[in-house]
Amino acid sequence: MIDVIRDKVKELLDSGEIKGFLGLVRKNGHIAPHLFQKGDDLGAMSLGDDKVAGDARYPLNKFLINLAKAYPEETFAVLVRGCDDRGLQTLYTWNQLNPKKVVPVGITCPQELADACECLKPFPAVITAGECAQPGTPRSVAAVDALVMSERFSYWMDEFVKCIKCYGCSNVCPMCFCNECTLKCDDLVKGGELPPEIPVFHHTRAMHMVGRCIDCGLCEEACPSNIPLRTLYKKVGSIMEEQFDFTTGAVRGQRSPLNKIDFAEGRK
Amino acid sequence: MGAPINYRTVLTTCTYCGCGCNFFLEVLDGKVIGTIPCKTSPVNEGKLCIKGWNVHEFVQHEKRLKTPLLRKNGKLEEVSWDEALDFTATRLRQIKESSGPDSIGFLTSAKVTNEENYLLQKFARAAVGTNNIDHCARL
Repeated sequence: MIDVIRDKVKELLDSGEIKGFLGLVRKNGHIAPHLFQKGDDLGAMSLGDDKVAGDARYPLNKFLINLAKAYPEETFAVLVRGCDDRGLQTLYTWNQLNPKKVVPVGITCPQELADACECLKPFPAVITAGECAQPGTPRSVAAVDALVMSERFSYWMDEFVKCIKCYGCSNVCPMCFCNECTLKCDDLVKGGELPPEIPVFHHTRAMHMVGRCIDCGLCEEACPSNIPLRTLYKKVGSIMEEQFDFTTGAVRGQRSPLNKIDFAEGRK
Repeated sequence: MGAPINYRTVLTTCTYCGCGCNFFLEVLDGKVIGTIPCKTSPVNEGKLCIKGWNVHEFVQHEKRLKTPLLRKNGKLEEVSWDEALDFTATRLRQIKESSGPDSIGFLTSAKVTNEENYLLQKFARAAVGTNNIDHCARL
């Protein structure tokens, strides 16, 4: 699979279609996010697999936003999995990236990763390399939903109380791009208090991820306290799907139903 | 095609405490713009605390000290390393001679290496002659 990606990237770079390819590289014994440019050695390129499939996934779209801001005239290619692709569509919708300046290089996720992520679409719309895996089976949300209300509440409170307020969930999130963050507003979230006010802190983030969360799971992987954040956001996502038939990133230009009020009252 | 873009992710170790978490500093055109924890690091496995996550904020912060400061006539002034070290060595010697080595104490840091911590305790015990050495965690 990596050879196909290498050839594709070489072709894009040599033709001058792109200024650089944002992907992953193996260096210093680690897998690192990396910008490949014309003439660079593509031999050390990686797809993020270290010991287990996809265990070195990084928020490449987040880095892409930084590059695009600094070099708005340039076109960049970026390595995308299914979740990253949903992310790109959503970032286009929210005007954070210009689709004319982005060339996605799509890879499929192996079955074990799709299963581990319980991912409903473990491949991007346009696939450069790889075979499509079967969608993962949702389990985590159902397992929590099976608890009676009081136990469910205790379950979440016991998880949230472990929060050390590192903001890693938001820092790593490729979809967190607000200039002003509610969770960093002194009037709403008191500084210097641990744990933060629960469950409000985590529910606030969950609410703000409606129409944003593309279920990449990087937040949960970044959480030093192992709070099952992904389960929380999956639950929010499932409510959106059931109530509004809305899946984040499924259709470019489709905003979350919770934002429809903007159109109704403001812009018509 | 113009010149290549100077964009790098630099693997380094957090200087905030003794854990030694690894992360990448995202560097664009010579400016550190972001921190991302290293997922393949056996130390922190892609996780960081709030201080580590914000390392890029202090590295090039305008308020960061770039030269030693020496208080002269009640005011802190920028001085050269030579002047700062000469002053400190002279005063430490004077104080040791006038008041004895136990009138001096040393506080070392979690932000430096084990070897540097070792050096400071060696300096305190062997060069100055006091056991007054402690760690910043008990400040």
